Amino acid sequence: MLKIQKLHIGIFAFFIISFPFVISRIPALGNYTNIMVFAGIYTIITIGLSLFIGYAGQISLGHAAFFGIGAYTSGILTARFGINPWMCLIIGIFIVSVIAFLVGAPSLKLKGHYLAMATLAFGIIVYIIFNQELEYTGGPDGMTGIPGLSLFALKLNSVEKYYFFVWGIVFAAFLFTINLIQSRTGRALRAIHASEAAASAMGINVPRFKLIVFIYSAILASLAGSLYAHYINFINPSSFDLFFAIKLLIMIALGGMHSIWGAIVGAVLITFLNYEWLHFFKEFEVIIYGAILLLVTIFLPDGLVGIPGIIKKFVKRKL
Amino acid sequence: MDGASTSQILQYLITGITIGSIYAMVAIGFNIIYNVTDIINFAQGEFVMLGGMSMVLFHVILGIPIIIAFLFTIILVTLVGLIVDRFAIRPIRQPSVLTLIIATIAVSILLKGIAMFAWGKDPLDLPAFSGRTPIQLFGAVIQPQYLWVIGLLVVTVLILTFFFEKTIIGKAMRACADNPDAASLVGINVKKMIMLSFSLSAGIGAIAGIVITPISLMEYDRGAMLAIKGFSAVILGGLGSFPGAIVGGLLIGIIESLGAGLISSGYKDAFALIVLLGVLFFKPSGLLGNIEISKIKRF
Amino acid sequence: MMKKVSKKPIVKAIVVISVILLCGIFMFSCTSKKVDEKAEVYKVGAVFSVTGRASFLGDPEKKTAELIVEKINADGGINGHKLELIVYDTEGDATKCNLAVKKLINQDKVSAVIGPSISGNSMAVVPVAEETETPLVSCAASYKIVFNEETGKPYKWVFKTPQSDSMAVEAIYTNLKKNGITKIAIMSVTSGFGASGRGELLKYASEYGLTILADEQYGPKDTDITVQLTKIKGKAPEAIVNWSIGPTQVLVLRNRSDLGMNDIPFYQSHGFGSRKNIEQAAGTAEGVYCPLGACNIAELLPDSHPQKKVTMKYMEEYKAKYNEGLSSFGGHAWDALYIVAAALEAVGNDKAKIRDYIENIKGYVGQHGVFNFSPDDHNGLTKEAFNMVVVKDDDWALVE
Repeated sequence: MLKIQKLHIGIFAFFIISFPFVISRIPALGNYTNIMVFAGIYTIITIGLSLFIGYAGQISLGHAAFFGIGAYTSGILTARFGINPWMCLIIGIFIVSVIAFLVGAPSLKLKGHYLAMATLAFGIIVYIIFNQELEYTGGPDGMTGIPGLSLFALKLNSVEKYYFFVWGIVFAAFLFTINLIQSRTGRALRAIHASEAAASAMGINVPRFKLIVFIYSAILASLAGSLYAHYINFINPSSFDLFFAIKLLIMIALGGMHSIWGAIVGAVLITFLNYEWLHFFKEFEVIIYGAILLLVTIFLPDGLVGIPGIIKKFVKRKL
Repeated sequence: MDGASTSQILQYLITGITIGSIYAMVAIGFNIIYNVTDIINFAQGEFVMLGGMSMVLFHVILGIPIIIAFLFTIILVTLVGLIVDRFAIRPIRQPSVLTLIIATIAVSILLKGIAMFAWGKDPLDLPAFSGRTPIQLFGAVIQPQYLWVIGLLVVTVLILTFFFEKTIIGKAMRACADNPDAASLVGINVKKMIMLSFSLSAGIGAIAGIVITPISLMEYDRGAMLAIKGFSAVILGGLGSFPGAIVGGLLIGIIESLGAGLISSGYKDAFALIVLLGVLFFKPSGLLGNIEISKIKRF
Repeated sequence: MMKKVSKKPIVKAIVVISVILLCGIFMFSCTSKKVDEKAEVYKVGAVFSVTGRASFLGDPEKKTAELIVEKINADGGINGHKLELIVYDTEGDATKCNLAVKKLINQDKVSAVIGPSISGNSMAVVPVAEETETPLVSCAASYKIVFNEETGKPYKWVFKTPQSDSMAVEAIYTNLKKNGITKIAIMSVTSGFGASGRGELLKYASEYGLTILADEQYGPKDTDITVQLTKIKGKAPEAIVNWSIGPTQVLVLRNRSDLGMNDIPFYQSHGFGSRKNIEQAAGTAEGVYCPLGACNIAELLPDSHPQKKVTMKYMEEYKAKYNEGLSSFGGHAWDALYIVAAALEAVGNDKAKIRDYIENIKGYVGQHGVFNFSPDDHNGLTKEAFNMVVVKDDDWALVE
């Protein structure tokens, strides 16, 4: 790993660790740590999805479904069958990898909007199943009774504890993904993004790499789903609907889709906008949200991680 | 599966074709923009919503006669389409497909929010064009408004065919669709064509909205559902293909309707999507789509 | 190449995050200035789905709650204490709702929370209320909100004011039985409201000697329900019960009329309780039955009815302030907020005492019934809270 990158990761780690301590001193921001927990959960999804979208040049509207399958596997197995949560988390990951393989193998042959539609269709079908299978999922009203997590003897029962737990996982996923990008796989992905034909002429097994990244990102989504279910102790289908799938895309595009940092920034920012800051505008919330999205897409084509570059350019020109 | 009588199946088909016609109209709107710009405009459903809501405003609230209200509505929504292109799509400097999709999603959120303010949250009603006395046909019934839906789809298709085949502007738009660079070399103003494509598909969306409102009522947040159905129709039929849009729309309407009637109404939305996935796995470019078109554009 | 990819964005990300944080701090300091000054203000939190899918619930609830607070403060507050209502919009999103309730409790330090509007959201915050030991009076219908299926007892800190769906179902089924009907078809929308009603309809059918011939569903945004009705028509039921909300319950009536099924008695859920629906059904609602709470039909009630006075008052005040007809859902917020206010008046700002007080409320006359809470019943209503109503000449009429 490069020196400068190590520095940045260090700063990132410091920021994450100090965040709750700073927040706890400011009473007016008391619930920010709580929001950061959800931001962290969503970040786990966007890190994987950004690899699939930004690096491999594909698209998926199906990751809300993987998130949901992870959450429902954990929810149903713990609440209805009393299985150990950690076991459920692993079962969830296993189920999701199998489904991602079955869906991905035929779908990833599709290109562009066709791939978008195929993953969208998959997402909607899963959503309908969550709604219809009342006996297991509780239907549209959702299901309660999902226990919290504990790490060995340590119960993760406070916001702060869960915060560190979730962001620890975000960090691990982040480092793993960065390593992946700098490995042979990452180079292959970038080659696929540039041109699938050229990549395959260079001897890259294009379908295999695409499928690997798809399954990897689905696993991260499933993991996030389990963490979500155990944190909020309740799940219902509308948390995993099409609008959430679109929200994931927005997070990635807004943050900057060609960088894993963008996935983090986008997820955190959109979470705070949706869950906190836009409340300020009351009924105008929706309009402001649309306007922000539009302005960012128009003026920041590289997403928010492109801002410093723009500022630098501007300063250079002035000098 | 329950045994169903012929008149029941006829009824399912009639309803399916009517709903399918609306999906087809939304799908045509998608295709017009897609062909010129490669953009899937996720705000297409909002054009339909605005069509219905504006018609209610002009005809019911302001009491303008139906024909004039119809024209006003189409003009208004066409203008909205024009504004969307001018202020949301054209300013994007480095358009990648994902950026453009996000931009159209942003537009749809905005339009939805504005409609909520303008018309409130409750569903609005529009009187049926020729009354609500149903027509009997071999034990099935047809609402007169169904005929309007199907009729307006046919008229729209005929006018569009004439426009694209016989008029200079239509031919210029087709040229942009085939190859924008070559089109601009021969002096076609591609930017104007894009703007025109947005206006045109907004206008068609408005027609769909006007004609469906007497059947289904209309409220500010109905656009998303219509956009999803229309998008499914586009993909099923094949991106960019007008006959495909019609076939796709009608098929999805009929599958939903038969699926609900003969198998399970709870899962009816899933049936059309399962069929769609099946088609895509065997024919990745949709039923009538061109394999070359399906290859372009990464995200 | 590789160096290029991973170099600059990191600095950017940090700058961006700091900017975001600063913005957040700034915004926050704007919004919550007023909080700390006066110590003796009673604070009640509210979470409603003011916008989004369930805005037909949250919108009138918020309006009603704000109306009441205005009223109480104009009359000198609660024992001289000003009542402050902090409302957050959940948009029907469970995560958002969970966050909002936690914020109300931990940061805004409210004495009690009213809402959420929908069952799915309420169930998402039951664990929060239990854990933080804060009284929560939900405005959503499902019995699961106040009933812990594991222990077989109500959740300690959670109450609800709307009648349970089972009560509406029993009211309808009682009426069906009285009319000698045994074969019915049911229809429901695939949202939380419809699914919950469907569950109760299926559960209670055998108890009332009813056979369900068809069980059809449709989506909340469906454009046409002819297919489901055609299928039902083929089964020739003696009555149809429909459970939905929003435009579909109007569509279902129109399509039924198109299909010439007007001679089959039709029952709507209590979700039909707004005159707007009758208006939009354009004549096709004639003869439709539905169970309604007293506040929908205040004018029809005899003067001797215990709820006559409160429901008339609410109706007039709501109309005077918002110039629109009231929806029965606002009444749930009326009940919830006044119950909390009564508790505050009696025991002051003490969460545990408020809870105990509510649990022991007896004979409280509200918009949707006379509430009798007890340690075993955190809803306090019976199926008598519903009155069977029929649409007659485009208006409601009581069924004897």
